[in-house]
Amino acid sequence: MGWVADTLHSFNSIQLREVFSQIITLGLVVSSALVTWKGLSCVTGSESPVVVVISGSMEPGFQRGDILFLHMSKDPIRAGDIVVYSLDGKDIPIVHRVIEVHDRKNTEETYILTKGDNNDEDDRVMYNTGQKWLQKHHIIGRAVGFLPYLGWGTIIMSDIPVLKYILIGTLGVIVLTMKD
Amino acid sequence: MHSVGYRANALLTFAVTILALMCGMASLSDNFNSPSPSAHVQVLNINWFQKQPNANDEVSMTLNISADLQSLFTWNTKQVFVFLAAEYETPKHSLNQISLWDGIIPSKEHAKFWIHTSNKYRFIDQGSNLRGKEYNLTIHWHVMPKTGKMFADKIVMPGFRLPEEYR
Repeated sequence: MGWVADTLHSFNSIQLREVFSQIITLGLVVSSALVTWKGLSCVTGSESPVVVVISGSMEPGFQRGDILFLHMSKDPIRAGDIVVYSLDGKDIPIVHRVIEVHDRKNTEETYILTKGDNNDEDDRVMYNTGQKWLQKHHIIGRAVGFLPYLGWGTIIMSDIPVLKYILIGTLGVIVLTMKD
Repeated sequence: MHSVGYRANALLTFAVTILALMCGMASLSDNFNSPSPSAHVQVLNINWFQKQPNANDEVSMTLNISADLQSLFTWNTKQVFVFLAAEYETPKHSLNQISLWDGIIPSKEHAKFWIHTSNKYRFIDQGSNLRGKEYNLTIHWHVMPKTGKMFADKIVMPGFRLPEEYR
């Protein structure tokens, strides 16, 4: 119990000046994270420049927990590209490979069909009812590179949401009680 | 200043920096490899060729694909994804790309292959423009690294032509 008492004591003894300094440090950490994320967004042109693979449909190329870097260039989408798309009315982004492309001449429209490397069937079964093709606006980005395993933290935290609060709580306590 | 927490933090930061550096170097080392892959494709037979009830042309063909992609493999290569696409232009479309066959090559030992197959994915046009249509067959490959940047390239084989009549 001595530890708890000590912690409480240290809480009591924090000066107002220190509290402000801690809050500013915290704000700096949060804002620099935000700046990095938004900066990456600007450079890559993709609204979410980094995604974590959550399904096994691209194995053995990408496994659950791998991190993908996306890029959204002006280059047209071509067969073989690994794209991340989200369907109308659904939030979950899907990472699959383009297997068919039809570029319209007059309307600049592109009809795209995708498939997971590890799936037997193309993605038409997953698309919304009656939807046969993806269009450019469904595409969030194109995968250009990846790092293995680094996304596992995200997957564990989205599977067990309590962990998220425990982690944030612990970090908060550490930041507030830390003395340098 | 020298608490357990600080030391653990310093060690973790250092370890992650080294790991990131090594990943970066592994990915960069791929640039030193200058591959010289080769591929050859033959259309052995048009199995059938018809107009679907919704007026789209569909063709089924038997293909013979041989390729040697061994030089694509480096120590940072996890796998090579290879696919064969039919590519052609029609009055309404500036480019049509249809994947006919694909495969995953897990290691260098499997990178020299020969396969006799009918098209794995359906060859359907958006319209009925396939009679007598000239098209390219293109072998594409995408190199997936163990970590880092992905590479892609292709070999275009022009001069294929579909039959003038449905059969």
